Amino acid sequence: MTRLSAARIVLYVISALVLVYLILPVLIIAPISFSSARFLTFPPPSFSLRWYQQYFANPAWMQATRVTLTVALMTVLIATPLGVAAAYAISQSKLRIMRLIHMMLLLPLVVPIIITAVGIFFVYAKVGLVATLPGLVLANVMLGLPYVIISVLAGLQSFDPAQEMVARSLGMNRLRSFFAVTLPQIKSSVAAGGIFAFISAMDETIVALFISGGQYQPLTKRMFTALRDEIDPTIAAISTLMTAASFLLVLLLASTRQKRGG
Amino acid sequence: MLALVSPALLVILALIVLPVGWLAWQSIYHDGFTLENYRRVFTEAIYSRSFALTFEISLAVTAIALLLGYPVAYLANSVPKGWSILILSLVVLPFWTSVLVRAYAWLALLQRTGVINQFLRYLDVISEPLALVHNTFGTVVATVHILLPFMVLPLYATMQKIPGDLMQAGASLGASPSLTFIRVFLPLSLPGVLAGCTMVFVLCLGFYITPELLGGGRTVMVSMLVSRNVELYNQFGAASAVAVVLLVSVLLIFFAVSRFISLDRILGHK
Repeated sequence: MTRLSAARIVLYVISALVLVYLILPVLIIAPISFSSARFLTFPPPSFSLRWYQQYFANPAWMQATRVTLTVALMTVLIATPLGVAAAYAISQSKLRIMRLIHMMLLLPLVVPIIITAVGIFFVYAKVGLVATLPGLVLANVMLGLPYVIISVLAGLQSFDPAQEMVARSLGMNRLRSFFAVTLPQIKSSVAAGGIFAFISAMDETIVALFISGGQYQPLTKRMFTALRDEIDPTIAAISTLMTAASFLLVLLLASTRQKRGG
Repeated sequence: MLALVSPALLVILALIVLPVGWLAWQSIYHDGFTLENYRRVFTEAIYSRSFALTFEISLAVTAIALLLGYPVAYLANSVPKGWSILILSLVVLPFWTSVLVRAYAWLALLQRTGVINQFLRYLDVISEPLALVHNTFGTVVATVHILLPFMVLPLYATMQKIPGDLMQAGASLGASPSLTFIRVFLPLSLPGVLAGCTMVFVLCLGFYITPELLGGGRTVMVSMLVSRNVELYNQFGAASAVAVVLLVSVLLIFFAVSRFISLDRILGHK
């Protein structure tokens, strides 16, 4: 039906160029990480795993990796139940104040992250949470909460609350009916929210720049510092691994969506 | 129900409301009330230059993102389902790579010995490497790259809701395709344009990592002003005042835009 007019061809060309612009930087890192060259040359002179060896052999990078994984995991374990409880309350309650609370819970998406970071730094400095693991986890829980809440609220929207009423009228208490009836039906939204919170914690950089230090520096802070000084291809190796991890998580996310069957 | 929501609320109150409140307090109180910090922010050249630069960069980034994003959203909206899923997947693909990783990628692409300069020299287009990064140009290229998905997704969502019959009606009344586009499609897509532009502009105002790593120290955006005042100069009061001015600007923009379209529309696309 669509005749290939000149305008249409221009549209295709522009869109193709924009898509190349979007994807090229994502694709360029892996070849650099497998190159033997100290400095960037493209195409890489020969294949090598030296940058991966440097990463895995370096105790500082390994410690940072442990911090990142610990923080991301603990963030999910805390933010997910808090977010599910909050989303459930928001969707069920008819209190007028709930709308205000809902908006407040989304504040981390609205306030520029640099402001949040500096503010948390000042508060942590007063209470001694700077350069600690709990401090880092708490900040990431706050940043991850909106993702869990948005995802679970979307899941609850397509759930019929009457089903839970039935369970309760059959004698289950509210808690049991939630776990037996509601949760199984929104579990893919809960999983999606948790995965978002994990990725958010894994990638978080700016707050960590201000509040992390000593042995509790996550990968992103060490990468940022390294990038400011010089371009070391070890970063390409780490970036490739981080990107692979993110993509695996997204595939996981897509598969939880698929299972629900629409 | 309030009991269920209170743990999450407590986290938000302790880790964002209290810290931001603290900043506001610190910006006006230092051994007594003072407006000295704000006087500096509004009168000293280093601050006004940085605010002006930040607004200019954010405007430029928003305009470029709209110019690049609109055709992609339009194409995704006008092709069969399978193709549009492919296009949108490519658009959100960079979403899942960390901002830091992408800053590294742009350094690798744009630096003097980078991929693009090597390629251009190989083609003999240039004899000396171009200064593509460690300046405002590099910052804008990388920032648009990061924010483009925030433009395309609301645009696409809005275009999806425009009924196709309207275009046919326009055509059947004798309008040319370009006239139908300008008179029918474009006006109906404006809410998406507004939502996308707002999100991109506001996010850009607070950008930190990209200008810090790709700006070469010359592109001092407001966020860098905040961090330098804290980390280098220990000027906590001044840093707080800058942060408050930035936050108020962001909130005012959201408030102004919310009179035209709902905030859910701006924030709801992920």
